[in-house]
Amino acid sequence: MSLIRITGLGRHYVMGSEMIHALRGVSVTIERGEYIAIMGPSGSGKSTLMNLLGCLDTPSQGVYELNGVNVADMDDNQLAEIRNREIGFVFQSFNLMARSDALHNVELPLVYAGVPPAERRARALEVLRQVALADRVHHRPNELSGGQRQRVAVARALVNRPSIILADEPTGNLDSRTGTEILGLFDQLSRNGNTIIVVTHEEEVAQHARRILRIRDGLIAADEANQAPRWAEAPPRVPPILTTPPTVTP
Amino acid sequence: MRYADEIREAVVIALGALRSNKLRAGLTTLGIVIGIVTVTLMATAIDGLNQAFQRSISMIGADVLFIQRFSWFTGREEWAKTRNRRELTLAQAREVAKLSTLARAVGVEAHGSADVQYGNRSARAVWVVGNSEDSALVRGVSLSEGRWLSPAEVQGARPVCVIGHDLATRFFPLESGVGKRIRVGRSMCEVVGVLEKQGQFFTGANLDNQVVIPITRFTSDLVRWPDVTIAVKVWDATQMEGAKEELTGILRQLRRVQPGAPDDFAINQQDMLVRNFNQIGGSLALVGLFITGLSLFVGGIGVMNIMYVSVAERTREIGVRKAIGAKRRNILTQFLVEAVFISLGAGLVGLAVAWPMTWVIDYFLAARMSIPTALAALLVAAVTGIVSGFLPAWRAARLNPVDALRSE
Repeated sequence: MSLIRITGLGRHYVMGSEMIHALRGVSVTIERGEYIAIMGPSGSGKSTLMNLLGCLDTPSQGVYELNGVNVADMDDNQLAEIRNREIGFVFQSFNLMARSDALHNVELPLVYAGVPPAERRARALEVLRQVALADRVHHRPNELSGGQRQRVAVARALVNRPSIILADEPTGNLDSRTGTEILGLFDQLSRNGNTIIVVTHEEEVAQHARRILRIRDGLIAADEANQAPRWAEAPPRVPPILTTPPTVTP
Repeated sequence: MRYADEIREAVVIALGALRSNKLRAGLTTLGIVIGIVTVTLMATAIDGLNQAFQRSISMIGADVLFIQRFSWFTGREEWAKTRNRRELTLAQAREVAKLSTLARAVGVEAHGSADVQYGNRSARAVWVVGNSEDSALVRGVSLSEGRWLSPAEVQGARPVCVIGHDLATRFFPLESGVGKRIRVGRSMCEVVGVLEKQGQFFTGANLDNQVVIPITRFTSDLVRWPDVTIAVKVWDATQMEGAKEELTGILRQLRRVQPGAPDDFAINQQDMLVRNFNQIGGSLALVGLFITGLSLFVGGIGVMNIMYVSVAERTREIGVRKAIGAKRRNILTQFLVEAVFISLGAGLVGLAVAWPMTWVIDYFLAARMSIPTALAALLVAAVTGIVSGFLPAWRAARLNPVDALRSE
């Protein structure tokens, strides 16, 4: 069974009397453990596709099966649960809680998952250690550098052991050196068996993925394998992250 | 997500949010503070009024019937019909005492006023009460010194008196008044007893500024033919209705009321007062609380306003929380808790402000802010928070995550 199977996925918005077709029937299958980049110019529909893949939005038409479950017609709360359990978001602007320290930021998905405090703390600390932030757990976002903030965000995405890590322009707000550092972290995660979907318009970022999906005018323009992915030169500095396979929910 | 955990998380978020907007939260609470202060003061005043009434009413006694010329509650129309009734006389009172079987004691009471003098001290227009020996039992009198009027003194119209607490302290601040002779009106009376302090009746009459003399002395010294009140204490409060019937029969006969004609007297009792008070007091309390509640309403609108602002400026945060798995309920709880915190904080401040102000009420009504009142005020504050926070919180909970994440 494929991790993600979308068939004829479409999304349109009604604006006044006009109907805007952001996505016009996209079909794609993504297997567990893939590292895939979604590329496309602005207005191509890649953000819409990402929102649908991330269960932030529901499609107007088509089927979206995640782990064999059709999420296309779930309600708000069910989607929240799916997002909590199956998807780890990494945003361009980090989107950390400004008033909370790194530890609490990472704990947050577990709070919503209903994990008891002691276990929550232990798991959050473990993930923070894995992104090499063990010595920054009580720093607030404004006391951290951009790269560190994004690593906190990655830790937050990982902490509930999601099926997919969904990153939206993860290096967009970083300088190229820290950008490379974050991409190295993704490479590392991928090597450890995590499924990663990166949405980007930077060719350089996309080259880290092993498969590149190009979107244009709401359709898939190309779906190509990246024969020579540019792996980060940096040796694996971080210990193996979450080598346990993602939990599969039937 | 377990509920306690959810609330704790919401509390942490709410406290953080309030800390970062101290001034704004403070200003918002002002409306609620004023609301809570007014409602608390109103409730305390009502409480005090009730207590004052209960205290007064207990002096009357639940097992006493008062035979009087007029009913305590007479409308204007009725007044026109009853104003020409004949007085109740001392002789009738004696007959009632003789004839009634259900009466445990029959006291006579007549009221007048006279100047009272002792040495160079004097008091003008003191309330003079003419009583019989049984009045002590009927009125439930307790004495701090001396004794009550004896049957012989009443029989012989002796110049003796029992004085109220205030008079005693004014005339005899350093010594006992018992045995001294004071001038009541025209005659010198020997003080035989001093009444215990009773305080004010709810009508404002000072019960401690009275002189009790034998009813016989009263008729010879003050008023020749007074309109007396015949106070009948029954053996047992369950016999009130029977006693009323018996007394009506006796009095109709004594006063020669024609069969079929209406009574030319009235029999009053305590629960008439209670019923009347509850009626008036109840509606007064309702109106008072409603009016003061309006200020709380205004405060609630303030909270609602600020919660809308709070939701608007944290739209993105809401989006992120939803993206990582917060359900509608989580977001709703988060903002409701924030609203309740603002309101509860305001409630506490309001209580702190209202408390010293109740001392002023205490001066007039002997009422203190009670624990139930304080708890009720906090509850009202919390409910105000929930009610006024609900719409903004609901808006936040229903935000579409995609839109919320896109907002700046």
